[in-house]
Amino acid sequence: MDYEVVIGLEVHTELSTKTKIFCGCTTEFGGEPNTHVCEICSGMPGTLPVVNKSVIEYAIRTGLATNCKITQYNKFDRKNYFYPDLPKAYQVSQLYLPICQNGFVEINASEGGKKKVRIHEIHMEEDAGKLVHDDFEDCTLVDYNRCGVPLLEIVSEPDMSSADEVIDYLEKLKAILQYIGVSDCKMQEGSLRADVNLSVRKKGANEYGTRTEMKNINSFKAIKRAIEGETERQIDLLESGEKVVQETRRWDDSKGESYAMRSKEDAQDYKYFPEPDIPPIEISDEKIEQIKNALPELPEKKKQRYMEEMNLPEYDTGIITNSIHLVRLFERTAEICGNPKDAANWIMGELMKMLNDTQTLPEDMKFNQDSLGKIIVMLNENKISRNTAKKVFEKVFSEDVEPEKYVKENNLEVMTDTGAIKGIIEKVVADNPKSVEEYKSGKEKAIQFLIGQSMRALKGQAPAQEVTKILHEILD
Amino acid sequence: MEILKMTALELSKAIKSKEITVRQATQAVLDAIADYDGTYNCYTCVCEKEALERADEVQKLIDEGKLDASPLAGVPIAVKDNICTKGITTTCSSKILSNFKPTYNATVVERLNEAGMVIVGKLNMDEFAMGSTTETSYFGATKNPWNIECVPGGSSGGAAASVAADEAIIALGSDTGGSIRQPCSFCGVTGLKPTYGSVSRYGLVAYASSLDQIGPIGKDVADCAAMYSIISGRDEKDGTSMDFEKFDYTEVLKGEVKGKKIGIPSDYFGEGIAKDVKKKVLAAAEKLKEMGAEIEEFDMPIVKYAIPAYYIIASAEACSNLSRYDGIKYGYKSESARNLRETYIKSRSEGFGMEVKRRIMLGNFVLSSGYYDAYYKKALQAKKLIQQSFFDAFEKYDMLLGPVAPTTALKLGESLSDPLKMYLGDIYTVMINIAGLPAVSVPCGFDSNNMPVGLQLIGKPFDEKTIMQVAYQYEKATDFSDKKPNLIKA
Repeated sequence: MDYEVVIGLEVHTELSTKTKIFCGCTTEFGGEPNTHVCEICSGMPGTLPVVNKSVIEYAIRTGLATNCKITQYNKFDRKNYFYPDLPKAYQVSQLYLPICQNGFVEINASEGGKKKVRIHEIHMEEDAGKLVHDDFEDCTLVDYNRCGVPLLEIVSEPDMSSADEVIDYLEKLKAILQYIGVSDCKMQEGSLRADVNLSVRKKGANEYGTRTEMKNINSFKAIKRAIEGETERQIDLLESGEKVVQETRRWDDSKGESYAMRSKEDAQDYKYFPEPDIPPIEISDEKIEQIKNALPELPEKKKQRYMEEMNLPEYDTGIITNSIHLVRLFERTAEICGNPKDAANWIMGELMKMLNDTQTLPEDMKFNQDSLGKIIVMLNENKISRNTAKKVFEKVFSEDVEPEKYVKENNLEVMTDTGAIKGIIEKVVADNPKSVEEYKSGKEKAIQFLIGQSMRALKGQAPAQEVTKILHEILD
Repeated sequence: MEILKMTALELSKAIKSKEITVRQATQAVLDAIADYDGTYNCYTCVCEKEALERADEVQKLIDEGKLDASPLAGVPIAVKDNICTKGITTTCSSKILSNFKPTYNATVVERLNEAGMVIVGKLNMDEFAMGSTTETSYFGATKNPWNIECVPGGSSGGAAASVAADEAIIALGSDTGGSIRQPCSFCGVTGLKPTYGSVSRYGLVAYASSLDQIGPIGKDVADCAAMYSIISGRDEKDGTSMDFEKFDYTEVLKGEVKGKKIGIPSDYFGEGIAKDVKKKVLAAAEKLKEMGAEIEEFDMPIVKYAIPAYYIIASAEACSNLSRYDGIKYGYKSESARNLRETYIKSRSEGFGMEVKRRIMLGNFVLSSGYYDAYYKKALQAKKLIQQSFFDAFEKYDMLLGPVAPTTALKLGESLSDPLKMYLGDIYTVMINIAGLPAVSVPCGFDSNNMPVGLQLIGKPFDEKTIMQVAYQYEKATDFSDKKPNLIKA
């Protein structure tokens, strides 16, 4: 029997506003426990929330970038639940009138082509604190630093049908959020978190199967594995005549399996009601228009432009436009070296290799954005060899050296004095009579060895063509 | 003139003209507390040391001429114990907050500090402002200065009684469903429940956030008006506080009754109202008519929905507001708890009193899925209708007039056994909170047992001025506010 899988996502993203959603505390990640707190975000009796206007603006920006309709009469609601990381014992959220509704994000479908993943809603809410389990002391401590950090919850419709589609959706979404500057989307710091709602059904069936929810999976790879694992588990259940239970499950990525946390019957009654401490917020047409006009070029549009105007291959533009950090580097590099193609090639080739080798994410690149462009300029002007260029870029990547200065200080410039080059090559020829003999007896390959030796003697500072040319002059 | 007999405005004047020092005024109040609070139990905490130090500081500012603009500079004040005072216990008269010292001042406290007032102590109340008698306090009931066998009303019972017993010159209370007006009525003093959004709630420990409002309790209308001018005005820290024209209390003293259109909701005099109360309130209406007001009765049938709507909305918000008290972060922690779960359960079971528990359960019930539509949603609909009927009434009238409560002060213990009866006593006050309107309570006579009766004037939103003008003229034309109980030393 063939099955199909139906997946919807709830994505939480922490907004990168300077201050928290209801008070003036910093949203900065980390910090000594309970140092980014005040009486408001720690829920002291008598305190009141005042909505940070930037949060509203960021939410509108996100809605517009994901083709949503903006709710112009907004309210907040209280979601009541008791947990040690929630000092007020309720979370201020939006249930009845979320700020954005009915949008979509376009992704690559598994079956080829494009498809739209519909966004049901985006709402604003406050983050909770963090529990820190101290095994050594056998106790649990609570850190309120994260309390009140603004969150958007982006709820999709169940429009995805494979792990690949989910990953593509998340990558597209992440790129959009980074482009419009509302979140840094660092999964490892929890500023992008996804809950996966998944069900399976027989291919062609009209009704959805019973779904489970997997919470807070914290990397794209883990999400992919969790989806594959859960799909298999549900199909196995159905195949053996059992039923899928509607429940929340926790994915244990190290064991590669999920286990039940709580079933629907134990589901909490959040006793939502309108938040009385925050008056309704009205958003004018002008405000929406103003935010819309200030939106930057979004990934899909940028990709099209790169392909059309710069004649870059679709694959490359896809990779580059998926990350605002690669885009920034690309655009700056192209600007400096005047050649988008070169910029793209270096990013797709050398940079990707280094990111991969060092397991670095584009957002964690630390080097000056001008450096790659400067290297390409030196290369194109024949001031350095390709080999040198690669080596300098490695240094730039790992130590953020200034390329021009580095080249100069380490005498890496290409030798322009043909006489001097010739002198060195002549010495190589004199030192390797055997190879010269072989070449002269018709073994063409022997010249490769001589080129190599010459390059070594020249420390790579002469162009290979030049060396080859001089060798031929000497030997032929 | 004896300090304790002065109004707050008179006292500030005497201080500014160097007849009295701030320390003398403060000491006089502290002495009165020492002499009488054993009888009346108005205070949960007296901060003698801080008050005297502060008195000297204020004196210096007055001497330097820095407080000339403040009408109440140098006046000692007492504050209801649900208003946060930095470093001074703020208990809400609950065991669960019995050791809670806030790290910050409520906005109103900041404002009265800026105005050069001196906080002498914190006032007893019904636990978390839930109750109409001040009997639900963890620190014991406050006694009515007119008859110590009677309740002072509530929940700001400590505030009203302290002013009536001359243990305070002026006080701050809070009103969620009548908690300023009703104890003022029971104790024969004057109080203002301001328009929702006119006084910052920042630092007022929440009972029902959409209804709570801080207001003054004083010896007369002018004092309340002066106090209101100090505490009112938009606060950046309270999103529900509103921008409006700065209130000038001297305007209140210049008004006239003549030509004012006053509506009397006939439904305010229906079943359940005590004969004496009805008589005195109608006599007050008659008096205002003599003074030139146009008085007219009209029907307001929505009154019958007021109590259920109020208790649903207030309890719903209360259960959410009070769920943060867990015995961990601050406040009372059960000593017999052996683990985290027990700490939560026991701290709350032992820390909250019966009335608070009743409202927490009621609130959770009306919000729970399956019941929300039948209760909470209906209550919100009733709220809309109540607002609409006031809106309609104010098309015709400048203000409305009625009793504050259906009875005068009840005997201690009478209400505790019958909470439903106590709830019904709020019938004339809760609607005003639901509609967010201002209302003033002024003495209008005494019943056959010589217990005070209060008159309620209800105004349009942010029109405190008009109701206080009429209340001021009424007060001048009568002598009910001048009457004092015979006090009993402890």
